[in-house]
Amino acid sequence: MALSDLLKQLLSDVADLKDIPTEGAFNIRNNGKSEGRRSTKNIRIEPKENGSGLDIYIAPYTKNESVHIPALITASDVHDVVYNDFHIGEGAEVNIVAGCGIHNCGCDTSMHEGIHRFFLGKGSKVYYEEKHIGEGDGTGERIINPTTEVFAEEDSYLEMDTVQLKGVDSTKRVSSAKLAAGATMVIREKIMTHGKQTAETSFDVELNGTGSSAKLISRSVAKDESKQLFRSKITGNAACYGHSECDAIIMDQGVVAAEPEIKANHVDASLIHEAAIGKIAGDQLVKLMTLGLSEKEAEEQIINGFLK
Amino acid sequence: MLELKHISFSADEKEILRDVNLTIDDGKFVVITGPNGGGKSTLAKIIAGILQPESGQIFLDGEDITNWGITERANAGISFAFQQPVRFKGVTVMDLITLASGKELTTAAACDYLSQVGLCAKDYINREVNASLSGGELKRIEIATVMARKTKLSLFDEPEAGIDLWSFKNLIDVFEKMHEEIQGSIVIISHQERILNIADQVVVIAGGKVEKIGPKEEVLPGLFGIDTGCRGMREGM
Repeated sequence: MALSDLLKQLLSDVADLKDIPTEGAFNIRNNGKSEGRRSTKNIRIEPKENGSGLDIYIAPYTKNESVHIPALITASDVHDVVYNDFHIGEGAEVNIVAGCGIHNCGCDTSMHEGIHRFFLGKGSKVYYEEKHIGEGDGTGERIINPTTEVFAEEDSYLEMDTVQLKGVDSTKRVSSAKLAAGATMVIREKIMTHGKQTAETSFDVELNGTGSSAKLISRSVAKDESKQLFRSKITGNAACYGHSECDAIIMDQGVVAAEPEIKANHVDASLIHEAAIGKIAGDQLVKLMTLGLSEKEAEEQIINGFLK
Repeated sequence: MLELKHISFSADEKEILRDVNLTIDDGKFVVITGPNGGGKSTLAKIIAGILQPESGQIFLDGEDITNWGITERANAGISFAFQQPVRFKGVTVMDLITLASGKELTTAAACDYLSQVGLCAKDYINREVNASLSGGELKRIEIATVMARKTKLSLFDEPEAGIDLWSFKNLIDVFEKMHEEIQGSIVIISHQERILNIADQVVVIAGGKVEKIGPKEEVLPGLFGIDTGCRGMREGM
């Protein structure tokens, strides 16, 4: 099976894959259909009976394996909805690379809605990356709405990096998690919007078990007339630790709103929220200009560092 | 050669500098001192292009740079180490030193600058230049960025402030080595007698004017005899 150059490029941008991978488990979805799929001894990828998505089973105590499941859209006027469930066996350690790329050269809207559920078995560890990219010179909108639901059993660990830096006109990102005793979750989100784009992020984390912890770190840049909304809610129902941090740079007529909520239902719950929104500090620009950078170069450098 | 001619500057209707004339010759080690609020930092910012004078002219090697911006002056060979270094989220020490040098640097070369300012390079090179660094650490990194630029004029605004755990001897060694290697002019704003002692020329700025200028042998004895507000210079030694 050969992929088109366009598909290869998108695949590379979204999942750092140059072509169909020669090893490891994967499923490549394009315009709602599978372009290729492989399971391995420890990672089984099975289509759901109703065809709505995939069940991905990671065998207990799997180590050092990865699974790629990028979703791509290369046509205009596509509305793709997929439900993928990840069942992570006890003690397994796995890297999961998802993400979505839309290349829309047409005038109609193309949209991807990916609903990912993670069922983390006891003591399992998941490193999850997702990149969202919009490309193409058509006037049709590129919309990506990812939903992530996490059910973390005792002592499991999820680290999630989610990045959307260009080309997505509208996004609603909804993440929720329920953590049992000793479970840990770290989410790092990086978003840059420009033009008239909009981005909404919502986190809802319940720390239900003793010793559970969550850290949410969001860094975003809103340029031109783009608008962003960051909502986070951490509920501490046990002796737990929760920390959310929203840092945003606004430029031009960009707008960013942060609506944090922390709720402690247990006397030993320790919850923190930090939020900072502002333009690039003038002294940062001046410092880099004294090193010989133009104002524009200094601005780029500061943003690149901020979103690195 | 840097020449300041009849430089005046006001802020909030308060006169900060009044008709300042000053020449920094090539290869000279000049220390500017004087009481707090006397206009020293303002003068340094005017040289770096961060502030524009109300009147007067600035010449670099005979060229009028009065209307040049910060970037143009930086690229013409003026470096400036801030009194209060700037923090950046996400920008690493390596990034900053690489930007300062203006070219791709090996980690070893970047680490060399850090070692010279007394920082254990491997602990710092990949750190972000953010609030996790102490004031003293930031000051040293600031000095390292100016060292990496190797320009013909390097300005330091109170480099000793906050460098409490690092001996003054090392700081002075850094300046002397820089002076020797780059063969450029070094201008330091300082209250520290040890730094004043290595100057070729000492400039006393007080009340917005150049009060005294000359070789350290001439200026220093008078400094400790008059009430310029520099009595703190012997502190911390």
